[in-house]
Amino acid sequence: MNKYFGAALVGAAMTVCIGGAQAQTGLLAQIKSRGQVTCGVGPGLAGFGIPDAQGNWTGLDVDLCRAISAAIFNDPLKVKFVPLSSKDRFTALQSGEVDLLSRNTTWTMSRDTALGLNFAGVNYYDGQGFMVRKKLGIDSALKLAGASVCTQQGTTTELNLADFFRANKMKYEVVAFATSDETIKAYESGRCDAFTTDSSGLYAERLKLSVPEDHIVLPEIISKEPLGPVVRHGDDNWLDVVKWTYFAMLNAEELGISKANVDEMLKSENPDIKRLVGTEGKFGEAIGLPNDWAYRIVKHVGNYGESFEKNVGQGSLLKIARGQNALWTKGGLQYAPPIR
Amino acid sequence: MSTVSTQPPQPGKASLFYDPKIRGYVYQLVLLALVVFVIYEAASNAIENLRAQKIASGFGFWHNAAGFDVNQKLIPFSASGSTYGQAFWVGLLNTLLVASIGIVLATFLGFFIGVARLSSNWILAKLAMIYVEVVRNLPLLLQLFFWYNAVLKPLPEARNSIALPGNIFLNNRGLIAPSPIFGPGFSMVTLALFIGIIAAIGFYIWSKRQQEATGKQYPNGLIALALILVLPLIVFVIIGMPLTFDLPQQGRFNLTGGFQIFPEFVALLVGLTTYTAAFIAEVVRAGILAVSRGQTEAAHALGLRPGPTLKLVVIPQAMRVIIPPLTSNYLNLTKNSSLAVVIGYPDLVQVFMGTVLNQTGQAVEMVSITMAVYLTISLVTSFFMNIYNKRMALVER
Repeated sequence: MNKYFGAALVGAAMTVCIGGAQAQTGLLAQIKSRGQVTCGVGPGLAGFGIPDAQGNWTGLDVDLCRAISAAIFNDPLKVKFVPLSSKDRFTALQSGEVDLLSRNTTWTMSRDTALGLNFAGVNYYDGQGFMVRKKLGIDSALKLAGASVCTQQGTTTELNLADFFRANKMKYEVVAFATSDETIKAYESGRCDAFTTDSSGLYAERLKLSVPEDHIVLPEIISKEPLGPVVRHGDDNWLDVVKWTYFAMLNAEELGISKANVDEMLKSENPDIKRLVGTEGKFGEAIGLPNDWAYRIVKHVGNYGESFEKNVGQGSLLKIARGQNALWTKGGLQYAPPIR
Repeated sequence: MSTVSTQPPQPGKASLFYDPKIRGYVYQLVLLALVVFVIYEAASNAIENLRAQKIASGFGFWHNAAGFDVNQKLIPFSASGSTYGQAFWVGLLNTLLVASIGIVLATFLGFFIGVARLSSNWILAKLAMIYVEVVRNLPLLLQLFFWYNAVLKPLPEARNSIALPGNIFLNNRGLIAPSPIFGPGFSMVTLALFIGIIAAIGFYIWSKRQQEATGKQYPNGLIALALILVLPLIVFVIIGMPLTFDLPQQGRFNLTGGFQIFPEFVALLVGLTTYTAAFIAEVVRAGILAVSRGQTEAAHALGLRPGPTLKLVVIPQAMRVIIPPLTSNYLNLTKNSSLAVVIGYPDLVQVFMGTVLNQTGQAVEMVSITMAVYLTISLVTSFFMNIYNKRMALVER
């Protein structure tokens, strides 16, 4: 009897300790000793985060995870991808199941504050739109009065949708599904007249339909959707690593450093370039990384523009224009603070 | 613990330390203290970690504006003025709706199939067997997807709705029927209906006593029907039929107005009913087989026909075996209704643990509320089933 009693006591003590030991050492140190970054990605959104035919994850959001892995380990493959639905993503991040979320997540005030999360930047400026069948013969979202709309639950989309129809005094019916796959399937089966999500997502999901040409995306953009990587509150060093990985990709594009010419750039005399590739200053050390951290990112993953064109731009099936996501020097919104 | 101490005390020998009764109490106390300690530590640890990460906690969200819409709602709910608390009730009522209708339908279907499986008609018995073996051996989730697509796919689009008699339309948005608008004075009809139901129950009790005392039988069914249906109908006609209908109109996309039954609801209801009915059928079969064959033979010897034999002799005895596992199946049906989330039916899990959890991010509160709700529903169900079980139990004299 005493033996079992002792075992029970030890078991109980262990249960109590699990949660307590978490926030002791920094996440970056944990990742280094673990040997890989755990990255929460979307369950399959073409161009942003989707496994290809060989099972390798690709996409704009995925590239950010690879860039972080490259900066830490000098190897873009030391990432464990955890596909998360919109519904489960925050719980997974809060509970420590993933180190960061990099999956088209909209930056809003309530998420930034009450959810215990921090947004590290905006790697894609997006807005919500609608897709409908061509044969309905409508050309504007303002003609959707009385329509059934399929959407994915647990998203800002669901809230914007309600706001849009309320603001325009139109009636509608919402059908909310847990995952994007079920949502698009229900739309295709005719359950809904319109499908709504971020417009980048609309183009990606349209490719999944049996005849993509039968569907059009309406011109109205009904919301601001700044999408970006997210980390937990309370580990500022890790937030810096994620934030500056993204900024390094932007700065590299601005300075004209690409995957192809990054080795030549090591010999550059331009002080901005020297600071980025690590031949001058000790900027890597300040965030707990080696000084060639940004060189590694560009070498293995490329700059922001390269990643954009390859995954969602002209080099992809989606063919999305840079638009708001062009660099600030080219009339867009993408702007990174300088490395100095 | 029962306290049976028939042994004579052994004076002076055993110290308190070796007294099995005392030791028992000590162990139980230590275990209790341990359990309380673990729960307390887990809770305070969770609260502390939430605070450290600056995650909002507490139940303040309950009165915050929801800002999203739900298609099927039994109480008024809109994005403009409703709160997360109201979203909770919308979800809960949808869960209770599908569970309660599902329980009734599954019981009828299950009893029918269970009896059919024991039928002397070979085809009927084999059909019932095939039904049970197919339905209960496939995962419910798969069946729900099947029903959702089976319900949606064959139906026409909203613009080519199938028109049924009485201004009822059927399309892939569901079944749209005229909704009644109750005029002034309609509450009299509702009152008459209640009086009718109470009178019918009263008459049933009276006639049963009469039958026990004198052996005289009354046409209970007919009289109950007259009281429940005809009485309100007469009142309805007398006060001048204060009832109009909101007829569905063809809009640009869909029919507007009227009352709509959503395909998600139908698919979930059909899926839960057919699945649970297969289990209930087996429970019923087991119950009937548990009644000794001699009972049936004795009833036949007394001159009872097969119908009354089943109704008056076999089923009442079988019920004693049937009720406990039947309760479990009711509970399973209620809990399985949470699979609604995959086909977009706005039940408690979909609305509250899905959308509301995501908007507020307060997983600990949402999950514990939802668990408490399912626990309550299940305990209430089994409480009533236990009362029923006690009434049906063998009264030993």
